[in-house]
Amino acid sequence: MSLFAKFQPLAQDREALLSQGVDPFGAPIEEIYSPTEARINGKKTILAGTNNYLGLTFDKKCLDAAHAAIDEQGTGTTGSRMANGSFSGHRALEKEIATFYTCEKAIVFTTGYQANLAVISGLANNEDVILIDADSHASIYDGCQLSGADIVRFRHNNPDDLHKRLERLGERAANALIIIEGIYSMLGDRARIREIIEVKKSFGAFLLVDEAHSLGVLGEKGRGLVEEAGVIGEADFIVGTFSKSLASTGGYCVSNHPQLDFIRYASRPYVFTASSPPSVIASTREALRRIEKGGDLRATLWKHTNRLYKHLQDSGYELGPEPCPVIAALLHTREQALRLWRGLYEHGIYVNLIFPPATPGGKSLVRISVSAAHTAEQIEKICHAFTTLAETASASD
Amino acid sequence: MPSSYEEISTKITSELSGLVPPGVRLSDDSELATELGLDSFKVLDLLLDIEDEFDITMPVNLLADVHTVKDLVDKIHEVVNSSP
Repeated sequence: MSLFAKFQPLAQDREALLSQGVDPFGAPIEEIYSPTEARINGKKTILAGTNNYLGLTFDKKCLDAAHAAIDEQGTGTTGSRMANGSFSGHRALEKEIATFYTCEKAIVFTTGYQANLAVISGLANNEDVILIDADSHASIYDGCQLSGADIVRFRHNNPDDLHKRLERLGERAANALIIIEGIYSMLGDRARIREIIEVKKSFGAFLLVDEAHSLGVLGEKGRGLVEEAGVIGEADFIVGTFSKSLASTGGYCVSNHPQLDFIRYASRPYVFTASSPPSVIASTREALRRIEKGGDLRATLWKHTNRLYKHLQDSGYELGPEPCPVIAALLHTREQALRLWRGLYEHGIYVNLIFPPATPGGKSLVRISVSAAHTAEQIEKICHAFTTLAETASASD
Repeated sequence: MPSSYEEISTKITSELSGLVPPGVRLSDDSELATELGLDSFKVLDLLLDIEDEFDITMPVNLLADVHTVKDLVDKIHEVVNSSP
């Protein structure tokens, strides 16, 4: 088989998509007007698939901080955290994130993907076992694979199933690492974290919670599911990203285990990735301050979320199990999902289109991410478009 | 509890036949992905059922070398009979 033969099925799929006029997996954003509007293919479009939950991408303080950092420190660090890439801003951000979570230790990474790769592969090796929720993000799967540990899946959000699989491990369970997500990115459901912590405690295992989609969204101070559920001190490791509510790019891990610092030496993704540019760190620090006092943004976000979720439910769409700023409409076939995605696009609305195998249960998803920066008028336009397209979307192929 | 190769093979064939498209014939040499149309997550979900059926732990990593129905049966047989 030639080197490129493996791409043939992908090439066919892409050809079919492009023949529809626009590539859903590479929407050409030509100009960005605001956190919720852009020009795509020459058309003004509402952005409802950007993970920009708090709408801080154009926050004045974040912009000013980024501009100042570029002027004062240049455009990049040109090196990894391990070498010349740890500027004072990186270290200050680590202290601020640790304080935000009331944790002892924090490490900042260049992307959220890298954070999971670095932390998981740094913590576990081929003598360990990691139990992951079946709906885990790809970065969790990849981090586990890089670690060389035994990877055991448990049924999605099912503490009893987790308990059963830990029990089968015998003595190995006491050193196992369990990984869950605060809000799962596909269906937008919260982890049953309190019950999972009870299971973890009963075996003496460790728990890592990925708050990528829940940071800024849940909890009085926006610290995610661990705050909402009152269990910050009971998660061994909390991982997250800067690229959603914090409106930049990067990732972090916090912990009360002093050994977290050794990730800096033991983890290849940390050692061999260039660190974030100073401007990214500076805007992230401002955004972190904003989300801590972001009760107003969260109130708007949840008002929009509840409105949209109820409207889609009333319009007959099959949705994820609970209202959440990640709202997924589940379609039986790729064709139905593509028709809905295209219809929304023609109505001037950009959302995410997701096909199996990236989706749970083999269904295709049209996924909305709600933003506090959406206006009530934009939310009504999205509601209207979904209602108009409900029949088309559900039609048989 | 150790199980015979035949018992495992019968069980796996039965599980797989419920997953493949109508009209697709199963054989030992059938490729899970290319011939049976099973994407990686369908195989991973099948693994959850297999673990419960045989009361074993079968880490996802063990699937790296599994391409055909026979590969899968061989691997499960190996794990089932090495479990205490």
